[in-house]
Amino acid sequence: MSEELIKEYIDVIPNSLLDQVRKHLPAKAKKAEVKKILELLREEFDNMQIEAGECVGLVAAESIGEPGTQMTLNTKHFGGVAELQVTLGLPRLIEIFDGRQNISTPMMEIYLKNPKCSVEEVTKIAGKIKETPLSELAKSFEVNIADATIEVELDKEAVAQAGIRVATIVKRLQTGLKNVNVKNKEDIIFIKVTKEGDELNKLYAVKETSKGVFVSGIKGVTQVLPVKIGEEYVIKTAGSNLKSVLKMDEIDTYKTRTNDIFETCKVLGLEAARQLIIDEALNVLETQGLDINIRHIMLAADTMTVAGEIRGITRYGIVGQKSSVLARASFETPIKHIIAAAERGEIDKLNSVIENVMINQPVPIGTGLPGLRTKEQGKGT
Amino acid sequence: MTEYIHKKVQSIKFRVMSPKIIKKMSAAKVVTPELYDKEGYPVDGGLMDIRLGVIDPGLTCKTCGSKLKECPGHSGYIELARPVLHIQFITTILNLLRCSCRECGRILASEAEIGAQKRKLKKIIAERGLKEKNTAIKTFLQKVRTVSKCPHCRSRQIPVTLEKPTRYLEKDKRLSPIEIRSRLENVPDNDVELFGIDPAALRPEWMILTILPIPSVSMRPSITLQSGERAEDDLTHKLGDIVRINQRLFENINAGAPEIIIEDLWDLLQYHVTTFFKNDVAQLPPARHRSGEPLKTLSNRIKSKQGRIRHNLAGKRTNYSARTVISPDAMLKINEVGVPSQMARKLTVPERVTSWNIEYLKSLIQKGPGVYPGANYVTRPDGRRKRITDETKEELLEELEPGYTVERHIIDGDVALFNRQPSLHRMSMMCHRVKVLDGKTFRMNVAVCNPYNADFDGDEMNLHIPQTEEARAEAEILMEVQTQLISPAYGLSVMGCVQDAVTGNYILTSGTKMSRHEAISLLYSLGIDDFTKLRKNELDGKEIFSALLPNDFKFNGRNNACIAPGDPCKSCPKWKNNKCQLDARIDIVDGQLMNGVIDSKQLASGSGLLLRNIHKQYGPDMTATILTNLFKLGIKVLLKYGFTVGLSDAELTDDVVAEIKEEIKKAYEEVEEVIATYKSGDLKELPGRTARETLENMILGILNKARNKTGEIVARHAKADNPILTMARCGRGRTLNLAMMTACVGQQSLRGGRISGGFHERSLSCFRKKDLGAAAHGFVKNSFKDGLSPAEFFFGAITGRDSLMDTALRTPRSGYLYRRLSNAMQDLKVEYDQTVRDASKQIIQFNYGEDGIDVSKSEKGTINVQKIVTNVCGE
Repeated sequence: MSEELIKEYIDVIPNSLLDQVRKHLPAKAKKAEVKKILELLREEFDNMQIEAGECVGLVAAESIGEPGTQMTLNTKHFGGVAELQVTLGLPRLIEIFDGRQNISTPMMEIYLKNPKCSVEEVTKIAGKIKETPLSELAKSFEVNIADATIEVELDKEAVAQAGIRVATIVKRLQTGLKNVNVKNKEDIIFIKVTKEGDELNKLYAVKETSKGVFVSGIKGVTQVLPVKIGEEYVIKTAGSNLKSVLKMDEIDTYKTRTNDIFETCKVLGLEAARQLIIDEALNVLETQGLDINIRHIMLAADTMTVAGEIRGITRYGIVGQKSSVLARASFETPIKHIIAAAERGEIDKLNSVIENVMINQPVPIGTGLPGLRTKEQGKGT
Repeated sequence: MTEYIHKKVQSIKFRVMSPKIIKKMSAAKVVTPELYDKEGYPVDGGLMDIRLGVIDPGLTCKTCGSKLKECPGHSGYIELARPVLHIQFITTILNLLRCSCRECGRILASEAEIGAQKRKLKKIIAERGLKEKNTAIKTFLQKVRTVSKCPHCRSRQIPVTLEKPTRYLEKDKRLSPIEIRSRLENVPDNDVELFGIDPAALRPEWMILTILPIPSVSMRPSITLQSGERAEDDLTHKLGDIVRINQRLFENINAGAPEIIIEDLWDLLQYHVTTFFKNDVAQLPPARHRSGEPLKTLSNRIKSKQGRIRHNLAGKRTNYSARTVISPDAMLKINEVGVPSQMARKLTVPERVTSWNIEYLKSLIQKGPGVYPGANYVTRPDGRRKRITDETKEELLEELEPGYTVERHIIDGDVALFNRQPSLHRMSMMCHRVKVLDGKTFRMNVAVCNPYNADFDGDEMNLHIPQTEEARAEAEILMEVQTQLISPAYGLSVMGCVQDAVTGNYILTSGTKMSRHEAISLLYSLGIDDFTKLRKNELDGKEIFSALLPNDFKFNGRNNACIAPGDPCKSCPKWKNNKCQLDARIDIVDGQLMNGVIDSKQLASGSGLLLRNIHKQYGPDMTATILTNLFKLGIKVLLKYGFTVGLSDAELTDDVVAEIKEEIKKAYEEVEEVIATYKSGDLKELPGRTARETLENMILGILNKARNKTGEIVARHAKADNPILTMARCGRGRTLNLAMMTACVGQQSLRGGRISGGFHERSLSCFRKKDLGAAAHGFVKNSFKDGLSPAEFFFGAITGRDSLMDTALRTPRSGYLYRRLSNAMQDLKVEYDQTVRDASKQIIQFNYGEDGIDVSKSEKGTINVQKIVTNVCGE
């Protein structure tokens, strides 16, 4: 009964609020009461609407910028392990709004399809994800000078934990090293150097490089850490490679996320990247104990992504691409912009704020927006 | 036809001046490097020629006939003996040379390619904008560069290189500017467009200067020093060099000097012209004064924070403003500002004379500028402004009639803008009402400190007096303090009670009793004269508090003491006999505080739920009044009952001290135990951590626990009316503060861990190497009252310095982030169709924040649906 009433308001009140009504409404609410609630809600909602001409951009910039002065600089949060530290605080916020391609601490949170699986299973999956060099899987490296081979004895347990077959290791080694022939006899791998000449030195060089060859795991993931969040196991990683991780069968592809905005954009698309900007910025502010409304961050994220790609808030990004010459010149490198504008014969239409400030005219925002049309005295009819 | 006026400047077009235009706009041709003759009179044809404007009093400009300050200045020109390159166009010239034919001047692409590229560019600019167009041009030119045979005239091309800063080489042969110019002349307009150049705005050959415009004298005024000597502007110096070398070059050419001498002079001229435009070219030594200081030439004048654009164009200066130290005055309303009477005599408001106020204004003129409510200037309808002095007074009084304007002193109630830097958000500049007071500082209500982020340790603030009716209206409606109560950042009150006001209200509402007589005199001292709510002879503090609330006000909330703020009270263990044992539940019914103790949760800024609700029900003006009254009430209560903190409040009895000592000793022993296990290698590692990290973690845990325990001991044994505890309870600090004063300061942490390093394997040289114990890594076991040991004090200083550094390094970084954000987003506004768009009308959001809610009108950005439901249906 009340549901029908609620449905009537679907066009005037946003869904999130109507859901709240459904949630809080007592089961035995009378029809008149429901009606009254909805009317009150609508009235309040209408009263809260933003007014036309409001300079929301500046308000958002202020709301994000002002608490920046209260943030701490050297915050690194340890996600359990020393290697798994995450940049937080002001540096991270700057990184997000810069739209940097390479972030300082890429990180993933990998959710599993079967969240209630055993510890062993989680460690197994984690082992599969972690990028492992040969040295971590081997018990010993021996150099056989006579045959010009290197004999690598594998650690059975480690290999099992990484969830990899010996044949795969051989294959990876073959592609990872140059001028070698790789064979295996059960757990021992023979690396034969094929190229002639200065063999001994070469042999030792190959031995060293072979230690560093990544034989298992996903590229870029340097650390893995299974964490129990509530009832669920989540694998946190240092280093990020969303594309490869999403291909794994054991992974919950809906919830798994990275903190690399560009990577998200490439793998999941721009809308996902926008959402990530919002989530990450909000997360930084929250961990600093700052309360900022999501609308401001949403607006910043939207300005960064309107162009169909991620543009940072830098002199090359959004500000550098403004249509007004004077607006660009007022930010950074003014001479470059003015010269380029002169070459192109650009026209500044004086549409935005800063140019009008420069030439002492009312700015086209808020009360500067409405004009008064009037006849000059003595002129016209 | 009717004419409408809306904007004076519609648009600004940027282009390069052609030699023709330069000549046309010039008032004089400069031919001699001399500046003044023997009498100190500007030389004709010199750089200070009076046709270029006048900067000396008494001289008349030959061009416009006006005197100093009226003449805007006129530019001139020099004819260069040989053409030189303009440094700012170096890369463009290089592009043109590389991609156009050295014989016929056409771009090195076939007609078909040219046509295709033109169509492509047109499409790109229409669909994707300027940036994409530029990259398209770049890639096209990159391709064309490699063409070795001109598709138009079949001549062979020779690669051109640039030897920075200003030498172009064709293989090894140098291209002179004359050659370059003649080549650029050959490039047809049609092809020029493909370089991203608009031929109407810039013909390529204009980039090589044959005549150089000379800025007017008023742009580079000379200064007369105290010694009577004249010091010329940097630009004049530079121009003098150019003219001198140019003259010599002319003479040498005319005299038929050897080519090598001419080349040298030519290069020198190029150097001077280059540094005239830009004095920080990477490969050139900057031109310097005789003192060795680099000259400030044209580009320095425009660039950077101190340059023309950011300093003079984007930043404006005002008159009618004042600045002084601020100090608090709780008896002012929150939207008032106390202005020193000395300032009030200088700051004025223009008031137009009408038949209604003429007598009043005459009385002000009569008093003149010296006596306080007086006036300083009178403006006649024709715009002539006259200062009121004893001599002019009588005359002005006589002629004053409607239509005149009188600039009268500011008086109580006038509108003023009050501002504190850094102006980080819109609440940093708010409109206050003037209240003229004695003294020399600005006075303000303490409640507005928070939005301004001000304190009274010597802070200064600025005051501006709006001068027009429009400005005053906007200030009042949009900027007045009460309209800014709710922060647009998070949707809660930014102003609230602070310091004593919180404590006062806490004490008042937590069981204070007083007689009706006392209550009335207390309330009357706040300026309240409605005592209808005080009916009994013996009054509870809650009833007195209620006297300030509106009669139909309804509010529910919890205070800081509540142990489960989210849960319903019925399930709370402290809920007995339908009453909260902690008095943590606040119920206000019909404007009467039934139960609950008022504390920072209700009154302080940032949370201030009570205030937020008053604001919602009764609007900004009422909230401002109630806030002011609550504030005064708190202070007056403390005045009446007294509230002070002394050393004795941090005193503990011997057995408590012993208990604390025992607790700390136990913790130390525990730490030693853990260290011993670690050393024996038996320490069980936490998942994902090394043994060492596990140890650190455990030690930190033990020590923190110990410190918290000492805090509990102190809180348990302290007297209930201990003022420090009272402050902690009402939300002005924490119990921890008391514990640090009386029991134990606790662990000093640096970068998320204990203090380590500094010396080899130890934190300070007074400890043993490899000592892992508590004391050696920054645990302060003493209290502030007992005093710290030297090592402990040093540890405290380490963390203190660290946080100081952090603040100092953070400020510029966050400032830059803020500047970038505001620059990027300043044009975004809500349009009449609800969409958020930027200056070029591109849609950023279809509906602001997806639901169009204005945060500063909302409660934390949303609507409290639950409240509406309970209001309608009951709990």
